[in-house]
Amino acid sequence: MDILFPILTVGILGIFLGVIIGIVAKVFAVDIDERIEQVEEMLPGANCGGCGFAGCADFAKGVVAGKATPAGCPVCSPEDVVAISEYLGIAAEEKEKMVALVRCSGDIPNTVRSLYNGVRDCRSAVLVAGGAKGCDYGCLGFGSCAEACPFGAIEIRNGLAVVHKELCVGCENCVAACPKNLITMVPASAATHVYCNSPEKGAVKRKVCKTACIACRKCVKASGEEDYMEIDGFLVRSNYENPPPASLVEAAGCPTSALRVDTEHIKGAYGGASK
Amino acid sequence: MSEKPRKFKGGVHPNDSKALSAHKAIQEAPLYGTYKVIMHQNIGAPPELLVKKGDAVKKGSLLCKASGFVSVPLHAPTSGTVKMIDKVPGPTGISVPCIVIEADGEDEWGCPFEPIADWQKTDPAELKQRVWDAGIVGMGGAGFPAHVKLSPPEDKPVDKLILNGAECEPYLTADHRLMLEQAEEVVLGAAILARILGLETAVIGVEDNKPDAIQALEKVAGKYNIEVVSLPVNYPQGAEKQLIYAITGREVPVGKLPSDVGCVVQNVASAVAVAEAVVKGIPSIERITTVTGKPLNDPGNWKLRIGTPIDEVLKLTGGIKEQPAKLLLGGPMMGIAQSSLDVTVMKNTSGVLLIAKDEVSLYTSEPCIRCGRCVDCCPMQILPATISQAVENNRFDWAERLNVMACIECGSCSYSCPSHRPLNQQFKRAKVEIRAGLRK
Ligand code: SF4
Ligand code: SF4
Ligand code: SF4
Ligand code: SF4
Repeated sequence: MDILFPILTVGILGIFLGVIIGIVAKVFAVDIDERIEQVEEMLPGANCGGCGFAGCADFAKGVVAGKATPAGCPVCSPEDVVAISEYLGIAAEEKEKMVALVRCSGDIPNTVRSLYNGVRDCRSAVLVAGGAKGCDYGCLGFGSCAEACPFGAIEIRNGLAVVHKELCVGCENCVAACPKNLITMVPASAATHVYCNSPEKGAVKRKVCKTACIACRKCVKASGEEDYMEIDGFLVRSNYENPPPASLVEAAGCPTSALRVDTEHIKGAYGGASK
Repeated sequence: MSEKPRKFKGGVHPNDSKALSAHKAIQEAPLYGTYKVIMHQNIGAPPELLVKKGDAVKKGSLLCKASGFVSVPLHAPTSGTVKMIDKVPGPTGISVPCIVIEADGEDEWGCPFEPIADWQKTDPAELKQRVWDAGIVGMGGAGFPAHVKLSPPEDKPVDKLILNGAECEPYLTADHRLMLEQAEEVVLGAAILARILGLETAVIGVEDNKPDAIQALEKVAGKYNIEVVSLPVNYPQGAEKQLIYAITGREVPVGKLPSDVGCVVQNVASAVAVAEAVVKGIPSIERITTVTGKPLNDPGNWKLRIGTPIDEVLKLTGGIKEQPAKLLLGGPMMGIAQSSLDVTVMKNTSGVLLIAKDEVSLYTSEPCIRCGRCVDCCPMQILPATISQAVENNRFDWAERLNVMACIECGSCSYSCPSHRPLNQQFKRAKVEIRAGLRK
């Protein structure tokens, strides 16, 4: 019989608390928009932060609230963007796919380097004599960017970071990781780039790097009427408003092979080419 | 002497190798054809350029003027023409702008200010202005503008002026020779600095491995009521906070300045520069630098104009007898390795050091064995081993909580680590990342 009393007490207490929880849940209920969950389902779930929100869930909230458009996600394919837009009943935006470009071609055979025996990461290396590389502006090749890339799109080859364009989703995580500010985002459709970042005079660059852009302007001349290239002091760059076609590389005959077609560059086709 | 110096906690005793150059008297370098004067030689704002290509300059005339309070003017090291504004690798390896001066060989004087004949009666504010006008910075290595240290905030009265003659860096003997050969000027500089600060006296701290310098200073110190303190040899005795503790027993809290504990520390070479600026009217255009290392034929101490190219400096020592493995500006503990011979002498270049091939070894860093040597020797009493783990995991927030910001980058921990862990470099990185985070 002694057991009856505790059972009754606990039982009644349980029922009482249950009722209270029920009331609280009803009164203070938060409306969850099931569209948020649905949009989150449809997102790639990479949580890379490339959209500027604190991950995919936060981005889904933003999209539903109208603070962002589905195209803001760099990882989504155009089909994904259309699917999400249709689901939400908004117009699908066209988005230009952007990819990362490491503006340097100074791999180990092409550049002067001094011996460096410290921490193997670019952000630490740059604190010691600017990073053991003849060129102040070039890639150090310790892969701080590759480490920052959630998609494994950057390979360090011969002491040079190379972006695998097909893997890059354009999240920009690598841009901030590079202590030399070498990485810029360019339209994925552009194929031809100047792989050099040094604003120094041609003679100065050539002393330390075989494949530097020496601003000879052959590529500018080969462009003819088109403004494919932009001149910025002693450095020429592709004009991404009107990007040069791959054929320009052949036509220009860049004397240092700083001007390259990205697919060939990724394959390592240029080697130490220098005329 | 009033108090016995204390021993700060930690520290290491690297082989000092000072015998290579300690007995060599200071020699004056000849005039060169071209000087490359780096424009930004001080901590703080870069000065404002006053000259352009083709301008004629005289020895001591202004090249740049201060662009703010924490900035100092720059003077021409000799007379000649400004050839161009070029770029040379700065001490940290990154290219920095410099003024190239083609000397005319006349070395004609043209300094904008006159000597102050009677400094003992001159207003301290005027003396301080002179220190600023002369472009004097901390010549021990930091390059912090001297006049800023001489302007403590009003609510923090300074009662102690300390002259740093510890020269605890191995190999370097420039300050040693300076104290020995120009003891009177060191003491005079101390007295002028004391007057600027409104103090009666000053203390010169010297490590006891330089008994001749201590003797020389003691002989003349009485003239201006200056005290000379002999300090035990312990690296980093010459670090500001360690020196203050050794002499006064006061501890400078993390993130605070010497003025927070009522102290001002100036290097002995800066004191001599102050004396010359005041009584002779000479701006900061030259300094004593130790050029040393085993690969050199004839290491020594040289009086060099700022802007002297390092390859010319190396020729002064009769060239090299073996191919060196490393070139450092500064000493082996805190000096910075260089990747180019194009570097030039700056106001804070205390040493040019060549390291021979058989003196360096390439280590690979191994995992920490938790021996605790780094903890024992850290003069700031932080935990290098633990912070190193935080940094390796990119947890700069942990590193910050573990007080990495207190690290004075003395390198004692890296020096003593049997696993050859790059501790100091990791902490440098952590400090950069933390500062970048704070700025955001
Ligand atoms: S390469 Fe850069 S932009 Fe491309 S996915 Fe990787 S981190 Fe993002
Ligand atoms: S691109 Fe930048 S971060 Fe990447 S390896 Fe080169 S220097 Fe390092
Ligand atoms: S942690 Fe910093 S202060 Fe401590 S020994 Fe290492 S370098 Fe020196
Ligand atoms: S000295 Fe090196 S091995 Fe020893 S505890 Fe410190 S980091 Fe670890």
